[in-house]
Amino acid sequence: MARLKTLVRNQRGEQPLRGGHALCQGCGIPMVVRIVLSTITRPTVVVNATGCLEVATTRYPTTAWNVPWLHVAFENTAAVASGVEAAQRALRRRQALPSDEDVAVVCFAGDGGTYDIGMQALSGALERGHRFLFVCYDNEAYMNTGIQRSGATPFGAATTTSQAGATGWGKAQRRKDMTAIAVAHHVPYVAQACGSYWDDLSRKVERAVECDGPAFLNVLTDCPVGWGHEPRLAPQLLEAAVESRFWPLYEVVDGRYRLTYRPRRAVDVEAWLRPQKRFAHLTPALVNKIRNQIDADWTELLARVDSSRTDEKGPDCDFIGGRL
Amino acid sequence: MSLRLLTGGEAVAHAMRQIDPDVVPAYPITPQTPIIQGYAKFVADGLAHGELIDVESEHSAMSAAIGAALAGARTMTATSSQGLALMTEVVYLAASLRAPIVMAVGNRALSGPINIHCDHSDAMLVRDSGCIQLFAENAQQAYDLMLIAPRVAEHHDVLLPVLVCLDGFTITHSAEAIELLRDDVVRRFVGEYVLPHSVLDAHSPVSRGPFAMPDTYFEFRVQQAQALERSLAVFQHVAAEFYEVTQRRYAPVEAYRCDDAERIVAVLGSTAGTIKDVVDELREEGERVGLVEITTFRPFPHAALAVAIDGADELIVLDRADSPGGTPPLRAEIAGSLYGSDVRLSGHVYGLGGRDFHPEDARQLFAREREGAAWLV
Repeated sequence: MARLKTLVRNQRGEQPLRGGHALCQGCGIPMVVRIVLSTITRPTVVVNATGCLEVATTRYPTTAWNVPWLHVAFENTAAVASGVEAAQRALRRRQALPSDEDVAVVCFAGDGGTYDIGMQALSGALERGHRFLFVCYDNEAYMNTGIQRSGATPFGAATTTSQAGATGWGKAQRRKDMTAIAVAHHVPYVAQACGSYWDDLSRKVERAVECDGPAFLNVLTDCPVGWGHEPRLAPQLLEAAVESRFWPLYEVVDGRYRLTYRPRRAVDVEAWLRPQKRFAHLTPALVNKIRNQIDADWTELLARVDSSRTDEKGPDCDFIGGRL
Repeated sequence: MSLRLLTGGEAVAHAMRQIDPDVVPAYPITPQTPIIQGYAKFVADGLAHGELIDVESEHSAMSAAIGAALAGARTMTATSSQGLALMTEVVYLAASLRAPIVMAVGNRALSGPINIHCDHSDAMLVRDSGCIQLFAENAQQAYDLMLIAPRVAEHHDVLLPVLVCLDGFTITHSAEAIELLRDDVVRRFVGEYVLPHSVLDAHSPVSRGPFAMPDTYFEFRVQQAQALERSLAVFQHVAAEFYEVTQRRYAPVEAYRCDDAERIVAVLGSTAGTIKDVVDELREEGERVGLVEITTFRPFPHAALAVAIDGADELIVLDRADSPGGTPPLRAEIAGSLYGSDVRLSGHVYGLGGRDFHPEDARQLFAREREGAAWLV
């Protein structure tokens, strides 16, 4: 696991993602990127989907990236990574690259570039078994284009295309379970994480990059503009998502589910919903519906965790908490 | 010289085996499939050594090709029709990111209605992508242009994708006597892939594909267009070297019996072969007719075309793609090229969706007896 110090500076003493970028105050994305890249000790190439991260870090002729970085389009990040990964194998085989230099291929995409328009390319790359890490910074809507609803937008959330009004009450559908979709590809490593739990995220990245195959990390990431919360509240809000069990932290290794963080007690979902303007219109009945859904999802997750248990002795989970 | 009976698709697959690219991402689509299946068989038999990525769509084929090419791998792929339409977004990006990918295009009509046969609508869809587009007349040309293509694409004055266009079925699936070069001759001719900078180079990290606003976007586009213009001279240089090796001559424009010709037809692709036969017959009958075949549709060889048709009275342009509501692409290009000259320009759209074009149709064309012609709709 990366130490706090190395989360700021990587081993060469240089930040992989430098300051001076144009991401918003309180945006959770740079924290996720830095935790991921600072954990990886190998040379790394980043493949970035179109989105907030890409737009705000590479306005030509400036760049905030201190690692090789490639952006092609919105929906094809995993396909581009497939080509980079295959090229590395081919070049090593014909000795055009040093055999001992193993460059990690890491994708960053938002939920639009993962759950929606990016899913076909991601599914193909997962199925083909390329050795790469795909990190979804999931802030639950199309934030870069002005907060439109995505497949990751949760039930009840108001966005600019699922508005609350006289008859509308936000998104009427449940979010897509992208983590489960990734698991269904039988890849070696899939996990859900959250930027506020840096130690948990960092440990997951370590496991992910060690895999001999694809790894997928779904990381809940705040967006003060889209969620409508005070920037300074970002860490607590993300913690509320985890402690309320709205966003459980778990990993699926070779198909076996395991909680990596177990909240000591269930915090009510109000702690997650109330600080966010996108949920301000919710009636008690709708909140109750969300509460019941979270309970049902949690029970289902625990059942998967239970049925994944083996006789091998190992820790039940990596962290037990109760931050709120 | 030993000849083999091969279809155009098989000949292109052999070119790929001999070039032996590092990475080949591909998705099946008729009539491109024999190219990719043929190459996959060579890989399975240990005769080709590239990483064959069986992607889940043509969009991903070109996306993976960009990743591979920019990582420093010689990269090739192939597509057709709807496949090219789907990957069009990424074809533009391949040119913009200066990824020297070689792609065979088995030319086929675009839907709808769905139709799997030859026309040039697919190639014309990516006309303005910034890619180099070479049109083959027959299977031998398709093979030869596949060998010339990497040298042009990868030239450091160019660094752009090259699309080798071969007519669907007419070339891809028709067997012809082909001369394949020896493997070692191909390897020596094509040489090593050397990219100025690889995205795998973590020691000197570079950001590729940044966000360019109004203050810089225009400059990117101009540099890209200039590279495409430069590729014309590079093509001629590589074609001259190719002639040394094979005694087969390639030029941006092939002028066939155009000296003293009064009437000249201009065309792309396999129909040139049909018209050449008719030109020979008419010449024997004393008619002063000729043909110009455009090999480098992009970049368009304006100067070479002017030389080829110098002295002609009439130029008849055949387009195997339409531009509804406007002027068909080849005629529009040539009209721009001829502006101010006194050559009479006429033309027709023909052969859409694989409608045959026979020698007697070409005779009608030269005789100006086009009223009610079967090949016209």
